[in-house]
Amino acid sequence: MTVLGNLALWVAFLVGIWGALTGFVGGLLGRADLQQSARHAVFAMCAALLTAVFALEWALFHHDFNVEYVAAYTSRNLPIFYTWSALYAGQKGSLLFWASVLSVFGSLALTFTSRRHAPLLPYVAGVVCAVAAFFVTVMLFAANPFARLAFTPLDGNGLNPQLQNPGMVFHPPMLYLGYISMTIPYAFAMAALLSRRLDTDWLVAIRKWTLVSWLFLSIGLLLGMWWAYVELGWGGYWAWDPVENAALLPWLTMTAFLHSVMIQEKRGMLKKWNLALVIGSWLLSVMGTFITRSGVISSVHSFTQSPVGYYFLVFLILAAAASFTLYARRLPLLDAEARLESMVSREASFLFNNLLLVGIAFSVLWGTLFPILSELVQGTKVTVGPPFFNQVNIPLGLALLALTGIGPLIAWRRASLPNLKRQFAVPLTTGGFVGLILLVGGMRDGWALMAIALAGFVAATVGQEFARGARARHRQYGEPYALALARLVGRNRRRYGGYIVHTGILILFVAFAGMAFKTETQVTLRPGERATIRSPYGWTYRLTHLGISQYDALNRQVTAATLEVERDGKRLGVMTTEKRQHVDGLGRPTFQPSTEVGIRSDLREDLYIVLGGVVNGTEQAVFRFTINPLVWWVWYGGVVLVLGGLVVMWPGGGSPAVKRVQAGYAVRLVGKQ
Amino acid sequence: MMADCTRREFFGLVGGLASTALYRPLPPSAAQDSLPGTGPSGKLWDPSRAGRPLPPVTARDNDAAIQAIEKQLKCTCGCNQDVYTCRTTDFNCTTSPAMHQRVLQLADRGKTAQGIIDQFVRENGVQILMAPPKRGFNLAGYFLPSALILAAAAVLVLALRRWARAAAATPATPATPAALAAPASPAALDATAAELERLRRELDRLPG
Repeated sequence: MTVLGNLALWVAFLVGIWGALTGFVGGLLGRADLQQSARHAVFAMCAALLTAVFALEWALFHHDFNVEYVAAYTSRNLPIFYTWSALYAGQKGSLLFWASVLSVFGSLALTFTSRRHAPLLPYVAGVVCAVAAFFVTVMLFAANPFARLAFTPLDGNGLNPQLQNPGMVFHPPMLYLGYISMTIPYAFAMAALLSRRLDTDWLVAIRKWTLVSWLFLSIGLLLGMWWAYVELGWGGYWAWDPVENAALLPWLTMTAFLHSVMIQEKRGMLKKWNLALVIGSWLLSVMGTFITRSGVISSVHSFTQSPVGYYFLVFLILAAAASFTLYARRLPLLDAEARLESMVSREASFLFNNLLLVGIAFSVLWGTLFPILSELVQGTKVTVGPPFFNQVNIPLGLALLALTGIGPLIAWRRASLPNLKRQFAVPLTTGGFVGLILLVGGMRDGWALMAIALAGFVAATVGQEFARGARARHRQYGEPYALALARLVGRNRRRYGGYIVHTGILILFVAFAGMAFKTETQVTLRPGERATIRSPYGWTYRLTHLGISQYDALNRQVTAATLEVERDGKRLGVMTTEKRQHVDGLGRPTFQPSTEVGIRSDLREDLYIVLGGVVNGTEQAVFRFTINPLVWWVWYGGVVLVLGGLVVMWPGGGSPAVKRVQAGYAVRLVGKQ
Repeated sequence: MMADCTRREFFGLVGGLASTALYRPLPPSAAQDSLPGTGPSGKLWDPSRAGRPLPPVTARDNDAAIQAIEKQLKCTCGCNQDVYTCRTTDFNCTTSPAMHQRVLQLADRGKTAQGIIDQFVRENGVQILMAPPKRGFNLAGYFLPSALILAAAAVLVLALRRWARAAAATPATPATPAALAAPASPAALDATAAELERLRRELDRLPG
């Protein structure tokens, strides 16, 4: 099977180069035969890469430990669930996953894009082939997943225990899907630049792709946070690790794009900015891949250092140079069709929103790269950890939250003073009231208080928008309020889906604020002994160590400590936390013992228990007890955000072109009054 | 009665009687299987499975002042975490417990929090800090993003004012394909509720 895999990679490589050449040349010369060939090349490359994936999965499931990748990431006793995910657990396999998913996305884009955009498609095929061919090149010349060992070990190393978690089965592919799908909007942007078709039409072609990409990135980030929380055991979900930051960067710029693209669709403005955002987002996604794989910045997530990093660096520089040179040459064709008319308008608020989103992205990038810059400038390497990022980004994040509430309250084109008063009255009052209640209630953490008060303001904004819309339908059609609300959302999916996303964001901010009140303590307990801890809500938890048991599971030896939990004298149940020593099929330890956290979650707080270890080989155990307020809301807010994204994406509701006609029709109606 | 007794019950009874007769309380130092609320802890079957043996936690390990210092110091094991987080998370790490002991040692010598941090910087260089000190080039690290955003915001405000003035000077903007939404008069900007309702009604009739 490795022969088949290697062969498939070579076919994909050659076909990819052919597809790139024929795509660009066919597009520039208008040669239909070459254009058709490029299209076929994408499909052929997709088939070859899927064959390579099949070959690698075959080797993984058949425990072909002569294949270095299989021996490095699996063992005979690895559960099937994780044997599948070993495909992207290592550097080489993840490169194959990247290239094959890109070829699938490329094929889908070529198949389902409307004929209206046919002139763009040869270039799209060219870009997809070029990018996928680069990944295949890296595999063939630097990181071949089908490389064989000189001997065949009896068993493999097994998968890192921290990757043996359901979150880790879904988190990397989701993030990859987000990164990879961003190549399609980028390909359309390059196609628009190359073909000089720089009207708003290419945006229509990528609308769904940008949303898909943003949605996958959002899900990937949220699953990553969940995995970090339940698996890593440090009691948090975001550590500003360089690889986390690398995933956040394109998400921020894509979010900016999803806002600013509305201005281009409605007013024909911000063409240059939108193109730059699409190109920048894709380059950031490649940079994220470079950071993860080069070892240039130390990170817990990084793959081992390898020459792959140099390939990515060269690719990144070449792609950036080519993209921005082309962009610069087309700038004269990108003039706005209309001008902004007032500082107090929806357009202006979107501009400030974009400024903040891109500013936060810059600040995260700046902090991530600052150790390298410092070494270059000062000759001293510095550490840039959470204290730095929190200090720089919390004020910016809160300003962004405020704009999340302000934007929807301001009218398009120009807002009048009476309109502003009417719009802002309820949200401002709500935000102020929430802040006052918290202050009177004794909250003294300034950032947390501001975050929750601003969340109140945004919630009132969103509520007001839904209430007004539903009331208007109720008055107009006599629909019951629930039906009016459902139809309101159904007929204006983009707008109200966006508000649902805003709701998810405000829930996330409130949840983040909760972490300001995290409490933790370490204790040593003998069986029967109790520890008492107080939660930020004033409750008293009593935890009784019941004892430790040891037993064998499929691929691990488990040491489990059990504790009985009471809150304010009421028994809540029993919680377990474990130490796991993973072993291979021959019973040999494969990794250092890992920790399995015990978590009891409710709406207000999480009780988070970690078994640190035991004293002198006895049942006397060291525990860390953490109380994390409002963590449940991070996951709930994430679900709301994703649901909002799905509402926006849901088919139907009319294309932006139809919306424009509707808007124009509406304005003409008003004009006749 | 004994005739009704099964073999299992019989051996259980004999075993019980024998253990009662042979019962000797174990000395306090001897290991025994533990039960909730009973004295010393029992030995684990295989302690090596539970990771590195740990010392019992002391009150100073939970000292807020010590924790605050350790949260500013980076563990040098390569985990990228601060000393406190590493020693309370990665229980296989031997670096962070050693750094913790060093913090305690320096505190015992009467050093202040800043004195302890300075001592670590002297011994390990500035990269031992979780965030760079606010001086020299590092100030750019802290303030450049915010300064750039403020500068960009100022430029944006100026540009918006210029555009707004230019728009006011040219009242009749020709409609462009992408700008069909141009209202015909200022009255349209402050449409009455009745107008808006009529508008909505017309919009709802449109397909999509």
